[in-house]
Amino acid sequence: MAKTTRREALGILGGAAAVGLARPAIAQQPQTVKFVNVVELSGAGVTSGTNWRDGIELAVRELNAAGGILGRRIEVQHLDTASNPGQARALVTRAIDQDPYILFGPVFSGSVMVSMAVAQEARMPQFTGGEATAITAQGNPYIFRTSFSQVQAMPKVAAYLKDQVRAQSVSIIWVNNDFGKGGRDAIMAELQRRGVRVAIDVSTEQNQVDFSSAVLRAKNANADALFVYLNEDESARILREIRRQGYDKPIIGETVLPSQQVIELAGDAANGIRGHVGLTVNAPIPAIQDFSRRFQAAFNRISDHNGIKGFFAVHVVNAVTKRLGRFDRQAFAEAMKNIRITTADAPGVLMDVSYDDKGNLDRDSFLVEVRNGRQEVVAVLPPIGRS
Amino acid sequence: MFADLAQLTISGLATGAIYALAAMGFTLLWQTSSTINFAQGEFVMVPAFIMLGFLGIGMPLIFAFALTLAASALIFGVGFKRAVVDPMIRHGVLPLAIAAMALSLALQQGVKLVFGAEARSVPDILPDGVTRIVGVAVSYRDVGVLVISFVLILGLQLFLARTLTGRAMQASAQNPDGARVLGINVDRMILYTFLANAALASIAALLVTPIYLAKFDLGGPLGLKAFCAAIIGGFNQMHGALAGGLLIGVIENLTGAYFAPQYKDAAALVLFVIVILFKPEGLFGRREERRV
Repeated sequence: MAKTTRREALGILGGAAAVGLARPAIAQQPQTVKFVNVVELSGAGVTSGTNWRDGIELAVRELNAAGGILGRRIEVQHLDTASNPGQARALVTRAIDQDPYILFGPVFSGSVMVSMAVAQEARMPQFTGGEATAITAQGNPYIFRTSFSQVQAMPKVAAYLKDQVRAQSVSIIWVNNDFGKGGRDAIMAELQRRGVRVAIDVSTEQNQVDFSSAVLRAKNANADALFVYLNEDESARILREIRRQGYDKPIIGETVLPSQQVIELAGDAANGIRGHVGLTVNAPIPAIQDFSRRFQAAFNRISDHNGIKGFFAVHVVNAVTKRLGRFDRQAFAEAMKNIRITTADAPGVLMDVSYDDKGNLDRDSFLVEVRNGRQEVVAVLPPIGRS
Repeated sequence: MFADLAQLTISGLATGAIYALAAMGFTLLWQTSSTINFAQGEFVMVPAFIMLGFLGIGMPLIFAFALTLAASALIFGVGFKRAVVDPMIRHGVLPLAIAAMALSLALQQGVKLVFGAEARSVPDILPDGVTRIVGVAVSYRDVGVLVISFVLILGLQLFLARTLTGRAMQASAQNPDGARVLGINVDRMILYTFLANAALASIAALLVTPIYLAKFDLGGPLGLKAFCAAIIGGFNQMHGALAGGLLIGVIENLTGAYFAPQYKDAAALVLFVIVILFKPEGLFGRREERRV
């Protein structure tokens, strides 16, 4: 048997003492809960992704200042997909390796579609900003929306075009990605169901900068109205092109076109556009207006709908986790089925909201018009479940 | 039908005129210093952000633009020549072209780091609105872009052809050794072309970003179109670059309207390939022989 020297014995004793001293320090560290946000922080989706990230950041800061969730401080990590679906999938895999409680993002539907199966396999609840109908149509029990799907929103837009705008024919310009294709299919089906003719259907590319020929084609179709369904930067560019070509028919959009970010980028060219939005900081709801003020104070700009979506998602997690009384991903996903969360119970959700068993949500929405560079709410539409 | 075609052509000419401004920079630098500036698109993108910086501190647009022009001349005229071209050119055209590509990436990422990846709105100096001429809707903006571009290009051509400095610049480009014998300060003449290129790029930024928005990755597609325009027109002819730019602008618009908008960006590349195959010196270029 080997004999322990005095030096080795002192070393062992010293090490033991060090571990003993360190233990209370470890015990005193506050417990944390980890969120990972995989989102578009560069590339074509940067505007959406940045707002989404900042909405999450604001919610996390405020919740941490109030003691976190169930006494645990929230740690959030943001990972940039560069608006690339392949990268989004790789980052979701990386995020899962870090074992977060909840996964947030992406916002671009194409990135959600290719990455959500990875989260599903890991039984990881995921809150997405994507609006494509297919996201919640695949039976994934771990995916949850933060906004309306296109099949929920487009009936409202089509009804508005037919009943309020009184359009008998409509030109459609859309972006050729998952988001755009889903929206185009949904609006065409709804317009046809109501007997409104689609005069022309023009597809454009993500990141396109020149819209002169697309606008001219729509203009020459001579429809009663133009429906535009593009991402943020492209929406602003097309609005400037529309004004440049002197197009004078009603221009209608859904969510992105009349968003604050597009209005700021398009300037005067945004005046007069109308549309349906699921969320807006201009909603006549004090909690949303208060959120908007706090967001602007924190980030020195006005939030768009994606900022509200990010903020809302964190508060849904907070509300549901508090109801559960524990951090349990499987129980969380089950608790989200057919849940109703009211602002009386959870003020951070900003509006009463209910989820179905597929991860779709339902709540009030708004018809807006842009006047003098500001989005103004012209009507509040009730949840689909009540309309 | 005629009205559509006319409107598409006018709008295409306006877009093409902006390509031409950037394309002329390619030809200027090539003629005087054998520089293929693959960062030309970024030379248009960066001034837009410099101008936004000046506007951000409350400066009126016209002063912001004047200062941008000066800053651009300093950075992309003097700075580019002294820091990139002069040390690299002695190693040949290819290393310099690669250095320009590296500069292009550095500028993109630098702007992204400082200003973020989001698009920015840029105020327009040109008026909004549309007028009808013989049934054709013509926007004041398109007219403004065309007038400004043509005045600039014509002014530059006149300067090069009719002034002593302009002729000295041409002499330096055509035969540097001969120019030196005649007492021309060739290095200074080359510097003037870099300054002219920086100025053209800044003006292109002023004209294009109100519609395309200022974004860190704007330079890539713009630089590619300008490069194609310069090749199509003739890399060694200024009026070739002008023609190439206008041609691409119009063909893109016609492709987008009568074929499919998705293919409009490919139009410039298809034209580029056709010209390279059948008239490699460009539509208006002249054949050059170089000893290697």
